[in-house]
Amino acid sequence: MDALAKAAQNGRQPETQAIGPGGLVVPPERRLLALSPLNKRRWQNFKANRRGYWSLWLFMVLFVVSLFAELIANDKPFFIYMQGKAYFPAVVSYPETAFGGDFETAADYRDPFLQKLIAEKNGIVLWPPIRYSYDTHNLDLPTPAPSPPTWMLTEQQCKAVVERKGLSGCRDLEYNWLGTDDQGRDVVARLIYGFRISVLFGLILTIVSSVVGVAAGAVQGYFGGWTDLLFQRFIEIWTAIPSLYLLLIISSVLVPGFFVLLGILLLFSWVALVGLVRAEFLRGRNFEYIQAARALGVSNAKIMFRHLLPNAMVATMTFLPFILSSSVMTLTSLDFLGFGLPPGSPSLGEMLSQGKANVQAPWLGLSGFITLAVMLSLLIFIGEAVRDAFDPRKTFR
Amino acid sequence: MSADEQPLLSVRDLSVAFGSGSREVLAVDRISFDIRKGETLALVGESGSGKSVTALSIMKLLPYPAAHHPSGSVLFKGQDLLPMPERDIRHVRGNDITIIFQEPMTSLNPLHTIEKQVGEILLLHRGLTGEKARQRIIDLLTQVGIPDPETRLQSYPHQLSGGQRQRVMIAMALANEPDLLIADEPTTALDVTVQAQILALLGDIQKRLGMAILFITHDLGIVRKLANRVCVMSKGRIVEQGEVERVFTAPEHPYTKALLAAEPKPDPAPPMPDAPVVVQTDDLKVWFPIRRGVMRKVVGHIKAVDGISIDIRKGETLGVVGESGSGKTTLGLAILRLISSAGPVAFMGQPLQGLNFKAMRPHRRNMQIVFQDPYGSLSPRLSITDIVGEGLEVHHPSMSAAEREQRVIEALADVGLDPQTRFRYPHEFSGGQRQRIAVARAIVLEPTFIVLDEPTSALDMLIQAQIVDLLRDLQKRRDLTYMFISHDLRVVAALASRLVVMRNGKVIEQGAAADLFRSPKSDYTRALFAAAFKLETAPLDVVAQ
Repeated sequence: MDALAKAAQNGRQPETQAIGPGGLVVPPERRLLALSPLNKRRWQNFKANRRGYWSLWLFMVLFVVSLFAELIANDKPFFIYMQGKAYFPAVVSYPETAFGGDFETAADYRDPFLQKLIAEKNGIVLWPPIRYSYDTHNLDLPTPAPSPPTWMLTEQQCKAVVERKGLSGCRDLEYNWLGTDDQGRDVVARLIYGFRISVLFGLILTIVSSVVGVAAGAVQGYFGGWTDLLFQRFIEIWTAIPSLYLLLIISSVLVPGFFVLLGILLLFSWVALVGLVRAEFLRGRNFEYIQAARALGVSNAKIMFRHLLPNAMVATMTFLPFILSSSVMTLTSLDFLGFGLPPGSPSLGEMLSQGKANVQAPWLGLSGFITLAVMLSLLIFIGEAVRDAFDPRKTFR
Repeated sequence: MSADEQPLLSVRDLSVAFGSGSREVLAVDRISFDIRKGETLALVGESGSGKSVTALSIMKLLPYPAAHHPSGSVLFKGQDLLPMPERDIRHVRGNDITIIFQEPMTSLNPLHTIEKQVGEILLLHRGLTGEKARQRIIDLLTQVGIPDPETRLQSYPHQLSGGQRQRVMIAMALANEPDLLIADEPTTALDVTVQAQILALLGDIQKRLGMAILFITHDLGIVRKLANRVCVMSKGRIVEQGEVERVFTAPEHPYTKALLAAEPKPDPAPPMPDAPVVVQTDDLKVWFPIRRGVMRKVVGHIKAVDGISIDIRKGETLGVVGESGSGKTTLGLAILRLISSAGPVAFMGQPLQGLNFKAMRPHRRNMQIVFQDPYGSLSPRLSITDIVGEGLEVHHPSMSAAEREQRVIEALADVGLDPQTRFRYPHEFSGGQRQRIAVARAIVLEPTFIVLDEPTSALDMLIQAQIVDLLRDLQKRRDLTYMFISHDLRVVAALASRLVVMRNGKVIEQGAAADLFRSPKSDYTRALFAAAFKLETAPLDVVAQ
């Protein structure tokens, strides 16, 4: 190779390491998703924190499982095979007439009448393990709602239902593992859906507010001067607005759906990262390699994106799990106060407020509390592990 | 010196290792040396050779337990310091053995006054407080040559210059009249003129107090001037030790020989009075406004560059020298239009003044810069291909990736790096290699003019000489024009065809380098040369303190 010959001619072997005894080194493979050595070390450090590592796994399992909530807790079976035809009620809506019913309305698969129709035609029905969705009302409650978990019921309590359905005892009833809420809806189903909506909401809020916050911080830090000064004053005024009251006012005017709520919370949550990123950019913009890039004529946008952003990402990554957990908390507290998601949505905050209203039904408050506590603890443990993994001064033994 | 006299400090078979298991790194490998009372022992070697680690392990200041000693003992007055419990060793530190560090900017606490910082040591080891302590502090500050010590007591570190800060550090080190002073590159961060003053002060104090000094440095000139005996360290081992005269005149180990031969050879490009002018400035000014009060009224200016007219001709090297703060770097940045300035700058006959960022871009191809710090000037998250190729992406957007790679390979080969290493990241390279990468980044665009902003100051002697050779070689082959900014006059002498001496933003003197080195006209230039070449101090009013 021509270039190599030239290098040899120059006869000046570079000082140390990078070149082996023969003067040649096999170029390292560069795979597309290969981690850089630094990130590899961070991943090792993260794994070394057993608590955080297991928390991550546990959280990922819970989250992925809850993403398929429709296949776990649903009032529609996910598969029906009847008269040579396959049906997928969990994903497709069929009218009752499809199964030989009378009405053109959507089939209610929990209806004993419909179940009987299908059974008569030797249909095969595959149900999810829990046959309630988050909004399914249990019509056969043994006690007035909120009804305790089925395994806690005494024969006395379920006598009426057992007799009506012609069963032999309490244990033959369809189980509500954690009881029902004050409208007769299954608590487990609501927890699964509530967990999913909380985490999704938290994730979207975290990602969008991080993107906005990082962009705002980057612009302030990189350009400095008047841009920085004006922007900083604006943020000071903005954060001085008591956001909770404003939220209450806005949500009493607008009907707060998932995305309206996301928008409102985003208005205030993007400032969380601005200070951090701004500081990183302020520090970084005077680095010599930034000067060198400017001397090469590289454009501002490219310098910010390519040279400075990776620096700021360390601080951002460290904060993400904590922002995620605080986003979840915000949604929960709004729901708890009754200003959150629309009535009927599965939400952990609403579960807690029901628990507060029904002290005689501890399964509501306890289930809500334990779910939240586990979720937030897992996020905090992950956050701690991430923080330690990114800390260059931390030594692991 | 009688043979049976016990040495003050005796290091025997000392090893220092960091980490454990497979990650264990041996930083110092079974070294032994003695320091006798009142003598100066110099520890020289390139960076990473374990000099500072040795010094810190004498004081037991290493990050234990990450660091540990697989073998050895440190006998101070016959007592082994290594197994000594933390509480006892604190009586030794700051009292019997003291240390001064390289960086005077960060080794003083910026939130405490000088009185408080010096007083703390007196309080800790002698229980001195109030008026008695104050007297002693003033006494100490006078000893280290700080003018008006009474008024300086209430000063904060940022109100002192680098040299004065180092003097305060020395005052703190002397506070309890130690038997051994460890000086860990105490002058590396200082200007040559200030360096000469500090060295003179150390020598003077040693004579008066009769203490021993362990002097750590990479500068052989200092060793020759100051030390009685010298230990040469390389890769954690002492490869040679002996009397300074003997080591310098008859070195035995090949490494010592290489070190002594590492002076950059003076072979500058000749001045070219008839060549076309590449860069011309006329009364160039960079003034930073000082604003005061509510209305931010401009009350004055810091004149970093104050009316400088120079021209640089094709194929020449213009050396710019001066103390730190004299505006050398600012001048370089102003010529490249990386900071705003007033006064015309012409490049290849075209005016650059008033061009905005976009309009400057076509010119940037022809003018490049290499910075001082090879660790800071390469983005740690990009591979070498990306770093060197970035300029090509900007200036030759139509170039294909393969073509770009070819150009990068050529540039790397040109600076003496194996092009196969181009997939690596900067942290995998040594300081000298990184500086070669920075040079490759500059030359890949085939510029005509390169500003070299102290490209050798952060490097070891051996590597300095290599980089100087490389730069000279490139200049010849590619017909480059350099502006070489440095405070290190030996390197400047090796490269510069003409010389500009700067002070406080103004040109003190300029002319052909050979003439200027032979017969400097101004006192300032003379003082600068004396300090750099002979480590001699100048009268106080000529140079800064």
